[in-house]
Amino acid sequence: MRTLSQLALSDEGFVFDPNTGDSFQVSATGLFLLQALKDGRGDDEAAQLLTEKYEVTLEEARRDCADFRSRLRNLNLA
Amino acid sequence: MKLAYEKPVINKLRSGLMNKFGWSPAYARKVRTNIDGVSIDDLVERYGSPLFVYSERTARQRYRQMYNAFSTRYPNVQFGWSYKTNYLQAVCALMHQEGAIAEVVSAMEYDKARALGMPGDQIIFNGPHKPYAALEKAVSEGAVINIDHLDEIVDLETIAKKLGRTVHVGMRLNLDAGIYPQWSRFGFNLESGQALDAVKRMASGGKLKLNGLHCHIGTFIMDPQAYAREVEKMVKFGYEIEDAFGFGMEYLDIGGGFPSQSRLKGVYLPPEVAIPNIDEYAETITTALSHALKPGDFPKLIIESGRALIDEAGYLVTTVVATKRLVDGTRAYVADAGVNLLFTAFWYKFNVELDREAGGVNETSVIYGPLCMNIDAIDEGIQLPPLKRGARLIFSPVGAYNNTQWLQFIEYRPNVVLVTTNGEVEVIREAEDLSDIQRRERLPKHLELLKKA
Ligand SMILES: Cc1ncc(COP(=O)(O)O)c(C=O)c1O
Repeated sequence: MRTLSQLALSDEGFVFDPNTGDSFQVSATGLFLLQALKDGRGDDEAAQLLTEKYEVTLEEARRDCADFRSRLRNLNLA
Repeated sequence: MKLAYEKPVINKLRSGLMNKFGWSPAYARKVRTNIDGVSIDDLVERYGSPLFVYSERTARQRYRQMYNAFSTRYPNVQFGWSYKTNYLQAVCALMHQEGAIAEVVSAMEYDKARALGMPGDQIIFNGPHKPYAALEKAVSEGAVINIDHLDEIVDLETIAKKLGRTVHVGMRLNLDAGIYPQWSRFGFNLESGQALDAVKRMASGGKLKLNGLHCHIGTFIMDPQAYAREVEKMVKFGYEIEDAFGFGMEYLDIGGGFPSQSRLKGVYLPPEVAIPNIDEYAETITTALSHALKPGDFPKLIIESGRALIDEAGYLVTTVVATKRLVDGTRAYVADAGVNLLFTAFWYKFNVELDREAGGVNETSVIYGPLCMNIDAIDEGIQLPPLKRGARLIFSPVGAYNNTQWLQFIEYRPNVVLVTTNGEVEVIREAEDLSDIQRRERLPKHLELLKKA
């Protein structure tokens, strides 16, 4: 989680990792999730937040959160 | 009001991904909502997924465009529809309606052409395997026979003796047209003198009269000049044997091999750029012909184009049945159609379209087919926005070789429909069920598990 909390996020969906100098682009929902995770929310809670803001079922949001988390791991961001 | 949802995506940025015109490949996608005005939704609702869809309009347009390219430049042109490229009856019939005769390479294809109503003298019989009985039938029905090897000469002489008449035949040549690999396994080699020896053999036998030359230099030939070399060598050889043996060449059959707007794996340029226009081929070929032929001599130019006529008319509509994330982070989709239906996926990178707009940033993705086999991948490394289960992907061009080389393997083969020129949809091959697959099987009595009621 150390990396996650250090990420710099821009409203336009750009992400900068000061540890490596790498930049990333995220979708709007990706940015929303990243912000939630950065704030220390768990996957379930993040999924719940997604359903409150977006037109999505909890089931799909859960699945996408887990998937997003594994993607962050692949990118060495979590 | 809640916001519209799109799946969360994060991608690493590499320099160069965003170009200086501000267009970002991260959002580029191709969408096709309909085929000739019939919506993809409608098609799938009525005929299921996966679904092969042919456009009659495109097939006829391609034929006319290509035929005109040649017939406006040379006075004696005949197309022969290459059955192996696509022998769905509707497709063959459409090509025959446009004016093509049949080009077949087996007893089965010969029977197919006859069953469809083509008379024997409207069939060109090629290929290395012409079983004696099929050959005899074809000769007696007046088919054009292009001899592949010496053993066939023996068979044809036997048939000529039996029929008590000379039999007109053509021969297939293989030659160096600068194409690699050279297809030297079919017909008689020109440069080594093999072809000339075969002609001598026919002349001395006195039962066969050679009246045509055939050659097919390969498939997906991207260089029009290769055909010019082919044609020059064929004409030169024709005049040589006319002088030596008195056999006049009534036709020159230059085979097929013209590319479609498909993308060969490993070719970086898109097909619109990499593939010469059909007029360039026609111009190069007919110019070479007019230089090589004696003034006033116009033997029939036979063209056996397959792929270039039908590939673009065929689409395969598929549905995403599952989404996965591979251990290395790659996004993967399982589609309901794979290499079982798209045999040409081994060589071609298809154009893949979505049936509707999808939000989200593109990710490098893999599309797998439904087979429980590692080889079953239709696209590895495609840029797609995140897709949900149920999303539809439309693959094209798939009209050439897939509906003949598809496998009845693991899955049933689906419906094939034709969107007609007036916008109606006709089923041209029904989806299979278990009875199609087991009809020819016999279960020995002692292996029966179910007691018959
Ligand atoms: C003898 C012959 N003619 C015509 C064709 C059709 O070729 P294409 O689809 O490349 O035009 C083939 C294909 O292999 C062939 O072997």
